[in-house]
Amino acid sequence: MADSGSEEIAVIGNTDLTPSESENNLKNTMVEKGTSLLKMMEISVAEAEKRTGKNAVNMQETYTVYLIETRPVDAASEGTNPVPDSLWRRYSEFELLRNYLLVTYPFSVVPPLPEKRAEFVWHKLSADNMDPDFVERRRVGLENFLLRVASHPDLSSDKIFYSFLTEENGWKETVFETGFQAKADSRLKALNATFRVKNPDKRFAEMKHYGDELQSVISQLLRVRARAADRLYGVYKVHGNYGRVFSEWSAIEKEMGDGLQSAGHHMDAYAASVDDILEEEEHYADQLKEYLFYADALRAVCRKHELTQYELEMAAQDLTSKKQQREELATGTIRTFSLKGMTSKLFGQETPEQREAKVKMLETQIEEGEELVKERNTECEEFVKSAWVDIERFKEQKDHDLREALISYAIMQISMCKKGIQVWNNAKECFSKM
Amino acid sequence: MSEVSMTRKQQDLILPNGTPVDTSSPASSSSLLNRLQLDDDLDGETRDLFVTVDDPKKHVSTMETYITYRVCTKTTRTEFDLPEYSVRRRYQDFDWLRNKLEESQPTHLIPPLPEKFVMKGVVDRFSEEFVETRRKALDKFLKRVADHPVLSFNEHFNAFLSAKDLNKRQGLALLTKMGESVKYVTGGYKLRARPVEFAAMGDYLDVFTQKLGTIDRIAQRIIKEQSEFLMELREYGPVYSSWSSFEEDLHDPLEGVSGCVSNCSSALEELTEDMSEDFLPVLREYVLYIESMKNVLKKRDQVQAEYETKLEAVVFREDKKTPVPSDVEKCQDRVECFNADLKADWDRWQNNKRQDFRQLLTGMADKNIQYYEKCLAAWESLIPLLQDKQDAKGETN
Repeated sequence: MADSGSEEIAVIGNTDLTPSESENNLKNTMVEKGTSLLKMMEISVAEAEKRTGKNAVNMQETYTVYLIETRPVDAASEGTNPVPDSLWRRYSEFELLRNYLLVTYPFSVVPPLPEKRAEFVWHKLSADNMDPDFVERRRVGLENFLLRVASHPDLSSDKIFYSFLTEENGWKETVFETGFQAKADSRLKALNATFRVKNPDKRFAEMKHYGDELQSVISQLLRVRARAADRLYGVYKVHGNYGRVFSEWSAIEKEMGDGLQSAGHHMDAYAASVDDILEEEEHYADQLKEYLFYADALRAVCRKHELTQYELEMAAQDLTSKKQQREELATGTIRTFSLKGMTSKLFGQETPEQREAKVKMLETQIEEGEELVKERNTECEEFVKSAWVDIERFKEQKDHDLREALISYAIMQISMCKKGIQVWNNAKECFSKM
Repeated sequence: MSEVSMTRKQQDLILPNGTPVDTSSPASSSSLLNRLQLDDDLDGETRDLFVTVDDPKKHVSTMETYITYRVCTKTTRTEFDLPEYSVRRRYQDFDWLRNKLEESQPTHLIPPLPEKFVMKGVVDRFSEEFVETRRKALDKFLKRVADHPVLSFNEHFNAFLSAKDLNKRQGLALLTKMGESVKYVTGGYKLRARPVEFAAMGDYLDVFTQKLGTIDRIAQRIIKEQSEFLMELREYGPVYSSWSSFEEDLHDPLEGVSGCVSNCSSALEELTEDMSEDFLPVLREYVLYIESMKNVLKKRDQVQAEYETKLEAVVFREDKKTPVPSDVEKCQDRVECFNADLKADWDRWQNNKRQDFRQLLTGMADKNIQYYEKCLAAWESLIPLLQDKQDAKGETN
């Protein structure tokens, strides 16, 4: 078992982890910042298996588990080929890991998981989670997720992530021990709350808008693509009927018979070729889906910025009002309405001692308020700094990945066209021999 | 065919059994010579009659609107007064011609015309595509008649090609030609045994019609599926465009993909149109052709039945040593001529059919190849565009 514990790795279970603390952690870890886990170990999701067991409410259920294999990189280069370490995890455990990462690294655009349920399916694709094709595509998606996390400058050095890959038993307890769930609830509340921020960072507002647009356009693209795939399937398959009728027709012909018969076989081949074509295209759809879900992660980071900014503004507002109150007490003028002030007017002034006590209290509050504002300001600034770094990193990754996806899509189309040309040329040759 | 330099003089021909042949009917002598002739040479060099149909024009009158086509003829045949003709004809003139040919040459297979009525109701009778499809079919019809060694010498065909005003001739024809045309009575005689070769023809035509019907349905289905695919593509491409509008680096690649999809859509539209305009009509023509052929086969059966019945009646009285009545001989003659004409026409038809379908199916394959080649070109030209920025980016990094 690879050694995961080291004094140098800070406890990540600290729920009040601020960006500055996290940066501290990174400095203390075995892995230098910028060196991803992937450089140290090979990770793969090698297999999927069906299991049955009793769930939380003691009901029988069938689920799929995935085999995670890890192997130190140097081992392979040394020439020896040791058996990789491996453990089984199910989808819900991946979800737990991701939720933990979302809460613990709010300034990171956390890689998404493959979809929970099959969406944007066209008729031949199954929407069944137990369908072997779906399971296979999910396996690839889960591996992709792990590789993304393992190559992320911040996430890859996370201890919980490491033990996800290496410790089969007790991992769930470890995660819950971090207490991240409490923070998860408040985070969820924050994400769903509506509040108005007076001075959001323009860049984050734009990014959030971009995330919205990206999500909308990719959804639309996937929907139309699925419908088009359905139609294309129909076009190819109907050509198979030519095969049958040419064969029947050739039976009553003398000279034309052979040509017709062989042409018919080519029509059958043409009809059959669409299965592979559309399977490949599904891979392209999966690449798009990843960024559909990435858009969500991006928006979450922007929302978090709004929250920190809002909290800063609230603290600043509160400080200002406290300062005003102090001023009023000092000068005796009442500019702000207060019930106490009104009652004292009606029922008589307060004693100098009382006023003295009040002023002292306010001074303390103002002092504390100034500290809070300073704190929140730093928090905000640090969040903006870290988040923007990751957003820039994400932007570059997105541009690169999507460009690659488009290239491979174009290559797929080219291959499909070439196959089509070949089949019809073969058929044409047969026809010309009729 | 110049070898068959037909004059319609009566020639005394003797049938194998020794009886003289009644060659009063215009058809029989030429068809008998047909039998003795080698295979028809369809090379252009031996042709002496060229016909084309082109230049459709719309005519609008108070009564009706219709299309006329120009029919051009070039010939060296002496049956024609002039070496060249150019007349205008409308569909009903072609219909008249075909009816006349069927009437006057009942032992021959008359090529079909395109459908008279547009059954769908959605098709525009005056649209460019419909008129062009019809023109092609009418052209094919006249060419087939012109290539036929017997039909091409038919006087109605001559009139059709040369007469300035066909209407008058139509009326005249009706009055004067009635007596001359050979009428075959389909009198409900029972046929004993159909000769094997004609039975085989009938069977072949039945199965062939069936298969053509299936192919028609398949082609229609493909066109439908392609049209629906096209609809989705027309929505698919623009999504990439709207995506590109809020991307920087990815703007050009996404626009490129959008353009590509659009090109493929246009190519698909062309393919579907071609199939509708060129493929389906030819199939349907053949179905009509086969229907008229089956009618000719039925007529042949009737002629044979009539002969057999009459012969039986005579044989019954054989002992009275009466010579074979001339009407029975006429019947026998009719049967022999019909069979001969039909066999010759059948072989010709089989040859034409083979060529036509070879051409039709090769054409279909060609259209599909062209479609894929257009799409291939579009996607291949996109690749450098997609990769180019990457290289440029790599350099600046």
